[in-house]
Amino acid sequence: MSRASALALGIWDFVVGDDWRVALGVAAAIAVTALVATSTVAAWWVLPLGVVALLADSLRRAARGRG
Amino acid sequence: MSGPEIGLAVSVFLACAVEAVEALTILLAVGTTRSWSSTLSGAAGATALLAALVAGLGPALTSLPIDVLRVAVGGLLLIFGLQWLRKAILRAAGLKALHDEAAAFEQEVQAARSAGRPVGFDPYSFTVAFKGVLLEGLEVAFIVLTFGANQHHIALAAIAAAAAIACVAAVGVAVRGPLARAPENVMKFAVGVMLTSFGTFWGAEGAGASWPGGDAALLVLIPALLALSIGFVALIRRAAVSPAAPVAATVGEP
Repeated sequence: MSRASALALGIWDFVVGDDWRVALGVAAAIAVTALVATSTVAAWWVLPLGVVALLADSLRRAARGRG
Repeated sequence: MSGPEIGLAVSVFLACAVEAVEALTILLAVGTTRSWSSTLSGAAGATALLAALVAGLGPALTSLPIDVLRVAVGGLLLIFGLQWLRKAILRAAGLKALHDEAAAFEQEVQAARSAGRPVGFDPYSFTVAFKGVLLEGLEVAFIVLTFGANQHHIALAAIAAAAAIACVAAVGVAVRGPLARAPENVMKFAVGVMLTSFGTFWGAEGAGASWPGGDAALLVLIPALLALSIGFVALIRRAAVSPAAPVAATVGEP
């Protein structure tokens, strides 16, 4: 493995960690919050709801031995 | 000191203390079996590099537009926080082995002994100490920078980090051994809750949402997430003792 690939892999591991679905879900939840915030509806509840769903899903997968 | 400032100081202190315990284990193992001078040189080199990173990147971060900073920092803190919290919940529920500092210490000691006896400057001790402190410290440097930059209080975050390192080092010197009885998972649980709560708060604000009650919303977010996490621990424990539940005995790496 080249130094550049090792560095990229290290950064990926540092930022994303061992569950890429959580990172993707966080990005999606923030995007939805931004979208709702442009409307007349209050947007503060979107991210907490997303966080609860992401944590529950990540734990469910881990508890089943597939996380 | 305001609520968010206290939250900042506590979060940085706890996160830094956890990483410092792990770094101390590596330093004690290499220092006692090989060369204290080379080990301390490696630790000092890594600390200087981390300090330079914080000093260099801190002002650059604080010059970013606040909403951009909050979305980026909030998102990253959420990803970090959810990882810490997930592992802490799984450990508390008994599905993941607790981090054993005594075992980690023994493993490092064996590796250090098998690398041969040092004469004069010991590159092995220097390298292991440098890498250990740098890797454990990077996460802390990230938390110091993100929390500090977001609240324009990098100095407070740095003081909290330094206080945590000083406390762990003092206890380490006093007991002259790895801090095997440190309540590491309780601290990781608390850090996970804090990082996730602040990440949620800043991420939503940066994305354009307005929290009811402003900063006071954190006083609801933090206990609510703590209660939810404790609830998850209870749920997983109950599922683990239920014969019908397909739950693994242990999960992931220790």
